[in-house]
Amino acid sequence: MEAVPILRVGDVLMVSIQVDLHDQLAERLAGDVADAVAKHDPKGVLIDISGVEVVDTFIGRVLGHIAQLARLMGSRVVLVGMRPAVAITLVELGMDLPGIETALNVDRGFRALGLEPPG
Amino acid sequence: MRDEVESTLAIAHHHDLVRVRRALGVAADAVGLDPVRRTKLLTAASEIARNALTHGGGGEAEVELVEGRGVRLRVWDHGRGIEDVEEALRDGFSTAGSMGVGLGGARRLVDEFALESGKGTGTCVTVIVWKRP
Repeated sequence: MEAVPILRVGDVLMVSIQVDLHDQLAERLAGDVADAVAKHDPKGVLIDISGVEVVDTFIGRVLGHIAQLARLMGSRVVLVGMRPAVAITLVELGMDLPGIETALNVDRGFRALGLEPPG
Repeated sequence: MRDEVESTLAIAHHHDLVRVRRALGVAADAVGLDPVRRTKLLTAASEIARNALTHGGGGEAEVELVEGRGVRLRVWDHGRGIEDVEEALRDGFSTAGSMGVGLGGARRLVDEFALESGKGTGTCVTVIVWKRP
């Protein structure tokens, strides 16, 4: 069954979305991140969307749910790597992803979590 | 230049939204849309096709190149139609518990937007994004 891989990098969970997410895959990701947070007790979760070309209202809502889930479980999500075209589109859509912390790239994401980036 | 029909796709399942986005990506590349216009088109398409799926019970999408410098998407469904079109395009309007920026938001992302709907005849949304001159 297809799934978005969730990797452990030190105290952080890295989720790198490299596929065009269909709705079921996005919903599955929310559950997978919650399970991984419970299992690994990370300092935070970085979700890298640099490979994502389309964040529509559904995907945006799922990303918001993932951030809420992580927060309720005592962790934090930082969304990293948003493409300029995606940011421009979200602003025009009127959806600025409230409640989701963002950072320019993975290194900035680690620093946002108060950690040194690896390497 | 004659308009070219690139493809007609069924919208019957969530996976089909990915197929519609992919077909539009091919068309966007064929006319050379810049990344921002390409992303806006694909995102608008996603909202419109999802609307056809959730409110219209599914439908079809047609992707066309227009005059070699634009991409047109037509999505029609076989649903009950939208009674108040203006209301449906207003932000915050939602009948399916979504974020309520769907169709109105999609309209802001494209250069041309037309919505035809009648009670019992379903809804047809046509959008065009032009290559920047």
